[in-house]
Amino acid sequence: MMYFKAFLVGGLICLLAQVILDNSKYSPGHVLSGFTVAGGILGGLGFYDRLIAWAGAGATVPISSFGNALVKGALQEAGDRGLVGVLTGMFHTTSAGITAAIVFAFFTAVVFNPKS
Amino acid sequence: MVAKNRLGLQTVRLEHPPTIKAHAAVAGPMEAQGPLGHEFDHTYADLMMGQQSFEKAERLMLKDACHLALERAGLSATTPEIDYFVAGDLLNQIISSTFSALSLSIPFFGLYGACSTLCESLSVASVLIDGGYADRVLCATCSHNATAERQYRYPNEYGGQRKPYAQWTVTGAGALVVAAEGPGPRITHVTTGKVIDMGIKDPFDQGAAMAPAAVDTIYAHLSDTGRCVDDYDLIVTGDLARFGREMAVKLAAERGLSLGETYKDCGVLVYDNTKQDVHSGGSGCGCSAIVTCGHLLKEMERGKIRRMLLVATGALLSPTTFQQGENIPAIAHAVAIEV
Repeated sequence: MMYFKAFLVGGLICLLAQVILDNSKYSPGHVLSGFTVAGGILGGLGFYDRLIAWAGAGATVPISSFGNALVKGALQEAGDRGLVGVLTGMFHTTSAGITAAIVFAFFTAVVFNPKS
Repeated sequence: MVAKNRLGLQTVRLEHPPTIKAHAAVAGPMEAQGPLGHEFDHTYADLMMGQQSFEKAERLMLKDACHLALERAGLSATTPEIDYFVAGDLLNQIISSTFSALSLSIPFFGLYGACSTLCESLSVASVLIDGGYADRVLCATCSHNATAERQYRYPNEYGGQRKPYAQWTVTGAGALVVAAEGPGPRITHVTTGKVIDMGIKDPFDQGAAMAPAAVDTIYAHLSDTGRCVDDYDLIVTGDLARFGREMAVKLAAERGLSLGETYKDCGVLVYDNTKQDVHSGGSGCGCSAIVTCGHLLKEMERGKIRRMLLVATGALLSPTTFQQGENIPAIAHAVAIEV
């Protein structure tokens, strides 16, 4: 059942992005940042975690989950450390993803050369 | 003093029409698989072409095309055999042309007309020759899919989705030796286009941005020369592709011009849209260059086309202007070629 819910939610998020891309003047970059911000807003209002609880990877894999993680981290550390926590918290929750992106990009660039 | 060879507002009649003495086209792997693949003088197996970068590969194509054309004309790449090298491309500071000029020991004019460069270079060469300022001029232009995509749109690695009406930048180069005399197709008229802005902002929708410019130049050419569409066996635009071509037919009809079967577009001719994933069709300086140098001029030599109007179209955007939300102005230059 969880697999089905993940498939449904993840697929619907991607479908929404594709519909926007095909029917608007927005570029992939616009859609990417739009979904990150939307995930952040939904996370701040507490909805995104409920979606994750229901759909698992269907909600955590799309980029909106990154926006959610940024806001969640900021809110958590803001409670402990005040205003500075808003800044540091964002990267506590997302550091694994960001570092992985940099490290894998680095090794990919070292190992592979473009062909076409 | 009245310029005696000017016709109307935008056209020049060449008193002693210069000849296209030799021409050559080289193309990338995707163009080789297209319907005109067998027409190109040389094709490359991959986009790197044995070079260290895509930019160097683009330059290699331009140089190969120039050397092939010179070889066919029986000339060497030096003065006095060639008086001028006139070339342009799509990269910043037209590096493909300037770096190629470095290896050719010929006085050089660099042009930037985006994808209209082929006709712009032929226009400049024709006027230089007809004016008595040169005997032989080498014209060349090129584009490369990977260099143009990263310059004008997104980094290649980004893999952003392309819109259904987007065009595919042609990988290829064309070169022509234009001479004062000798056998071969002759350039009889030059119509210089005006920059036109119809408010298009989407860098993927270049066909729509360029179609009005193409129609404007075709209209100017016909009214300046007193000719009609039927006087030509072929009117061919550079890289409007399928959607741009349809738009050009519509815009021409609004101005009372019926562009029927006589009208074709290099961006449509270069790929097989049913088998190749190119969306609307081809674009880039190389598009009109390889179709003209590889196919159309050969068709003229085979006697299948006697008179054609070549209209190369250029979208004059820079990444900075479109990121700042400015419109995409466009231009089209035309040359009439006859056998």
